[in-house]
Amino acid sequence: MADIPWVPAAMFDRKFVPRGAARCGTAQFSLWLTPWFFLLGLGLWAGYLCLRDGLYHTNMDNRFAFGLWIFLDLAIIAFGGGAFFSGVLLYFLKLKELSAVIRSAVLIGFLCYSGAVTVLMVDVGQPLRAWFTFWHPNTHSMLTEVTFCITCYLVVLSIEYLPVLLRNRQIRKIPSFLVFEWELHKLMPVLAGIGAFLSFFHQGSLGGLYGVLRGRPFAFRESFGIWPTTFFLFILSAMAVGPSFILLTTRLVEWISKRTLVLESVYVKLARISGWMLTFYVLLKSVDTMVWLNSTSRRGGFLPWEYYSWEPFGVWILFVEIGVFGFLPAVWLLRAGRVPTRSLVVPALLACAGIALNRYVLTVQTLALATLPFDEFLSYTPSWQEVAVFGGVAAYGVIVYSILYRYTKLFPQER
Amino acid sequence: MSTPTVRTRNPRRYGMVIDIDRCTGCGACIVACAAENNVAPGASRDNDRTSISLLRVFTIPNPEPVGRRAAFVPLMCMQCERDTPCVAVCPQQAVELDPMTGIVEQMPQRCLGCRYCMTACPYHARSFNWADPHWPSGMEATLNPTVAPRMRGVVEKCDFCQSRMHAAQDRAAANGSLDPGQYTPACVEACPTQAILFGDWDDPASPVSTAGDTFAWLEGLGTKPKVRYRSRQPWVGAMANRGGAAPRKEESNG
Repeated sequence: MADIPWVPAAMFDRKFVPRGAARCGTAQFSLWLTPWFFLLGLGLWAGYLCLRDGLYHTNMDNRFAFGLWIFLDLAIIAFGGGAFFSGVLLYFLKLKELSAVIRSAVLIGFLCYSGAVTVLMVDVGQPLRAWFTFWHPNTHSMLTEVTFCITCYLVVLSIEYLPVLLRNRQIRKIPSFLVFEWELHKLMPVLAGIGAFLSFFHQGSLGGLYGVLRGRPFAFRESFGIWPTTFFLFILSAMAVGPSFILLTTRLVEWISKRTLVLESVYVKLARISGWMLTFYVLLKSVDTMVWLNSTSRRGGFLPWEYYSWEPFGVWILFVEIGVFGFLPAVWLLRAGRVPTRSLVVPALLACAGIALNRYVLTVQTLALATLPFDEFLSYTPSWQEVAVFGGVAAYGVIVYSILYRYTKLFPQER
Repeated sequence: MSTPTVRTRNPRRYGMVIDIDRCTGCGACIVACAAENNVAPGASRDNDRTSISLLRVFTIPNPEPVGRRAAFVPLMCMQCERDTPCVAVCPQQAVELDPMTGIVEQMPQRCLGCRYCMTACPYHARSFNWADPHWPSGMEATLNPTVAPRMRGVVEKCDFCQSRMHAAQDRAAANGSLDPGQYTPACVEACPTQAILFGDWDDPASPVSTAGDTFAWLEGLGTKPKVRYRSRQPWVGAMANRGGAAPRKEESNG
C-alpha cells in the first residue's frame, strides 16, 4: 500500500525509518499493528481484572497452584536464551557471523524477559510485595535466585539494547546521545559477560525450581553440589533452543517483510550451534531420565510407571520429548549446509516444541499427579483471562519488535 | 543485690497422632478449625479446590467386599521437621520452622503469593486466598479476636492453633514460666471420638508419645512429618506403604 503524502503522521513516520531501508507504508504498518493492539488491550483488561478482584478469575486452584502462566514463562525465557548465548558466542568465542543477528537476539531476549516479568506480576497474589525478596531473601530458595537474576538481567538487556535505539537517525542528531551511544558501545563485551552470567544462573535456577521439590517425586532430581540436575539441563536446553528460536524469528521476519535479512551462512551457523547443543542436551537428559526412573524416584517410594498411567500423560510423552523433539531435530540441524537452508525451519520448530513440552511436563504433569495414595489425578484448563493475559504479552512482543524493526537497523546485512 | 533468676524454656516438638479407626468423618474438626482460625465462608463460585481448607477429611473406600467401613483421614499440615519442603522454597522467608515448638509457621503479612510452597508441599495442605475474604453482615461479630484474618493473595495453612499456644504462653508467663506446656488445638478439642491426639513428641508422657504404633503418609520422602496416624486395619497400613511409608513406632526423641 502506498504512502498517503497528505497525512502528516506518514511524513513524520518516514523521518524515523533508517536510510536505505525499505519499509511498508504508514497505513499498512498501522493496519498490521491494529489486531495486535486489540490483543494487547484484551490482555491488559484481563490482567486488570486479576489485579482488581484476585486470582479467582483464573482456573488455578490449591492443587494447580501454577498454571499456564508459569509454563509459558518458562518456555519463553528458554527461547530468550538465544540472547545470552549469542552474546557469549560473538563477544567471547568471536563467531563474527552472529553479529548479523545479535541485535535481534538481544531484542528478543529483552521482550521475552520483560514479558515474563509482566505476567509474573499478575500471577503473584501480592505483586506490591515483590521487593520483599530483596529485603528478606531466603538464600536457600531457587526462587530467590530466579528473582535476583531476572531483575538484574532485564536491566543489563535494556542497557545492551539502548545503543541500537540511540542509533536511529533522528535520535543521532542530538550530540550527547551520540556520545552516550559510543560510550555504551565500548561497554558491550562487559555487559555481554555480565548478562551471560546472570542469564546462565537464571535459566538454571528456573530448572532448579522443580528439581529441588522433594515433595514432588515426579520433579525431584539428584543434586550436583547445591543444584539439582534440572539446573544444568535448563541451561543446556536454553543454549540449544536459543539459536533455533533466532533462526525461526529471523525467517519469520524475512517472510513477513519480504526482505533478505541475513546471509544463508548465518542460518547454517545458527543451525549447527543449535544442533550440537541439542545433541549434548538430549544425551544428558536421557541419562538423567534413566537415573531418575531407576534410582531417585524409587528411593522416594514411587514406582515410575505410576507417573505415566494417567492419560493423556502416557509414556509416549517421554519418547516424543526425547526422540521426536530431541534427537530428530538435533540430527537434522547438524546436517545444515548439506540440506536446503530453508528446510532448517522444521527442525528449529521441533526443537522449540521439545523445550516447550519439557516445561509443560514439569509444570503441569508435576501438579496433576497426586502424591498421596488416596488423592486423585486432577486436570486443569486455563480461563480466558489466563489466555488473554498471555496473548497480551505476545502482542506486546510483536508490537515492540515491529516498531523497532521499522525504525532501527535490526539486521545489519538487510538488503 | 539479688542474683536474677535465669528462666529457661525447653524446646518442644508438638505433633499429632490421628486414629483413623476412631474417625467417623463427622467434620466437627473442620468446622472447629474454620471457626477458630477465622476462615471466611466460601463464595458461591468456590469448590473444594479453591476454598480455604486448613484441615480436610478424606474418605477412602474400603477395597474389601461390600459392607465394610470406609476409612476417614483428617489431613492438615504435617509439620515436617527434616528438609521441610515449604520452608526451603519460600523466597522471602514467610515460612519458618520454629525450633522452640517444631511448628511450621506461615507469615501471611510477608507472603508474596507466589504459591511455590503449595507446589512444594507433598500433602497439598496449603490454601491460597484466591479472593478477598467476606463475612455476611453480622457474622463479623463471631470472629475470633486472637487470630488475624488473612487478605487475598496470600497462602495459609494449619499452624496447630498458634493463637491458643500464645494464650498458653501468656498464662505460663503470668505464673513465672516461659514454657507454654500442654495446650489443645481446636480440632483436637472438637473431635467427639477423641481420634486426634496432640502433644510433645519429646515428652515421653504426652498423648502422642504413648500412642503406640504409628505411621506417616509419604514417609519415604524423608521429610519426617510430626503428624502421624494409626490404624489396625491392614488395608490402611498397606496403603500407607505406598510412597515408602512403613508402619513403625515413633521414637520419643525423634
